[in-house]
Amino acid sequence: MKTHLLRLAATAVGVAIAATTAMAQERVVNVYNWSDYIDESILADFTKETGIKVVYDVFDANEIVETKLLAGGSGYDVVVPTAPFLARQIQAGVFQKLDKSKLPNLANMWPEISERLAKYDPGNEYAVNYMWGTTGLGYNIDKVKAALGDIPLDSWDVLFKPENAEKLKACGVNILDASDETFAIAMNYVGKDPDSKQAADLEAGGEVYKAIRPFVKTFNSSSYIDELANGDTCITMGWSGDILQAKTRAAEAGNGVKVEYVIPKEGTYMWFDNLAIPADAKNVEEAHAFINYLMKPDIIAKASNYVQYANGNLASQPLLDKEVLENPSVYPPAETVSKLFTISPYGPREQRVLNRVWTEIKTGS
Amino acid sequence: MAEVTASPHAGPARWLVVAVPYVWLLLFFVAPFLIILKISLSDTAIAMPPYTPVFEGFGAIGDFISQLDFENYAFLAEDPLYLRSYLSSLRIAAISTCLLLFIGYPIALAMARAPTSIRPTLVMMVILPFWTSFLIRVYAWIGILKPEGLLTLLLQAIGILGPTEQVQIFRTDTAVFIGIVYSYLPFMVLPLYAALEKMDATLLEAASDLGCPPWKAFWKITFPLSLPGVVAGAMICFIPITGEFVIPDLLGGAETLMIGKTLWTEFFGNRDWPLASAVAVLLLLVLVIPIMIFQNQQQKVR
Repeated sequence: MKTHLLRLAATAVGVAIAATTAMAQERVVNVYNWSDYIDESILADFTKETGIKVVYDVFDANEIVETKLLAGGSGYDVVVPTAPFLARQIQAGVFQKLDKSKLPNLANMWPEISERLAKYDPGNEYAVNYMWGTTGLGYNIDKVKAALGDIPLDSWDVLFKPENAEKLKACGVNILDASDETFAIAMNYVGKDPDSKQAADLEAGGEVYKAIRPFVKTFNSSSYIDELANGDTCITMGWSGDILQAKTRAAEAGNGVKVEYVIPKEGTYMWFDNLAIPADAKNVEEAHAFINYLMKPDIIAKASNYVQYANGNLASQPLLDKEVLENPSVYPPAETVSKLFTISPYGPREQRVLNRVWTEIKTGS
Repeated sequence: MAEVTASPHAGPARWLVVAVPYVWLLLFFVAPFLIILKISLSDTAIAMPPYTPVFEGFGAIGDFISQLDFENYAFLAEDPLYLRSYLSSLRIAAISTCLLLFIGYPIALAMARAPTSIRPTLVMMVILPFWTSFLIRVYAWIGILKPEGLLTLLLQAIGILGPTEQVQIFRTDTAVFIGIVYSYLPFMVLPLYAALEKMDATLLEAASDLGCPPWKAFWKITFPLSLPGVVAGAMICFIPITGEFVIPDLLGGAETLMIGKTLWTEFFGNRDWPLASAVAVLLLLVLVIPIMIFQNQQQKVR
């Protein structure tokens, strides 16, 4: 949440540069992806192979992408929205249908993931899955054990039970600032339908956070990676790959922080980040080439090995590092997958109720 | 006078000079404001752009106007969140402005009383931070204030904090005040300095000759004469601080409630451009009132 202005400025500059270089008749693709979400050598390799220059820009919240897309003229050719946002954006007419004749590598995709994605994008007409993952708990394992003793850590109870959260307050508690996911998880935790849009259920989900609010230090969706890695935060609700990146960073820093990611046994939210082409994209041909390149098994395997997220590409699996493919937090076993849930997008009025309660929780009033 | 009117080119040229600021104002203030006002009277929609009705030319202007309504403003009045955000912003702006005045006034006074030869250097030093990007300077404060940051290291080194203790300022209102005061200090010091520097030093001499103690001379002479500078500095700081978004977002905690942040949520989180526009229009009104007071004040001073 903290770098909107920086990102806006960077975007403006990026788009301006893209525009001027395009005039020089160079083939360009303007990509807008999540921060820390690719092995950057992939971009250089793509340029080497195709001669298409990649102007790569990043964001850290779906809301920013959505607003730019809805305003129109974003200047991007490939964007990577998360599924429920994707569904609403398709409805608003933001994207163009993919020309599947230009995407021969679609044959490599994982039917199970494409099928789940079809809930948001019927017929998989507009988007291709890039990565998918879960929202779970990230621990600084030593600090959490010191605070709570030897209790099982595979449950949302560790965070959501006020008596636990109170003991963790001193070492730093973070919660994602992504209202739709946080509520789905809390509603599931209290035994409601995670996809419910009923005000009463949303309130019940909100109560979970209100009870632990005094013990939460931050509500953050990007800088928590570093804060977990350097020991400022000891427990966070977070995205699987982010927490695994924190684990890697802590190991590299050699600061003695041991980070673990857990998918809680009550089940959690499963999300999909997907490649799509805006309706007003200028470099449609190049956008298809880029998406097709990312569906090459070796390329997407390289990306997954780097960011430690599972991808939607079945053919890439033999090429993945063992630590990634056999890590149950990245590629969960079927039994865990059966407990993962997805949610449908919120309507405008429901979103208002949701964000109103969320603001109330965050500001502590 | 006769010469000016006699010249055939003076008329249009003079009009052009006068017109430039008005055209500027029209293009970059009035026109955007009217667009925002129009959106604030529309309804949200799942579309591009995400509101309806969209202006489609003057032919359908009757239909267009009939679809506008004030329900967004009614909603702002219904939900106490918006009132609390406005009040909280005004509170933070008021406290910051007072702090700025307390810190800025002695600095400006010292500058104005310094020998004439070094004054330009002092003014330069006040302006110097502007040579670095504002955003980078605020980020630097994160490095100073965060728990394992420079401030903790310093206090640990001189023994005020124990080796395991850390300062807990980052992501609190205190950090927001530090960031605001730091960022806006030049805007307070410069108008104060301009007012104080113009002051006639012989007035203070006369007061002292007549037996007035320095502190009394300050309150009777220096301060009243510097009032235009105080008002100008306070307004220049208060107005933008009220709408401040970057500093509270980077340094403030989750409980820092400001209208800029509420507006952000409406615009990005709720995708409710009409309501966000209504918040912005109301914010403008909240800010126009102080400007009018300021104008009045200026009139009286003259």
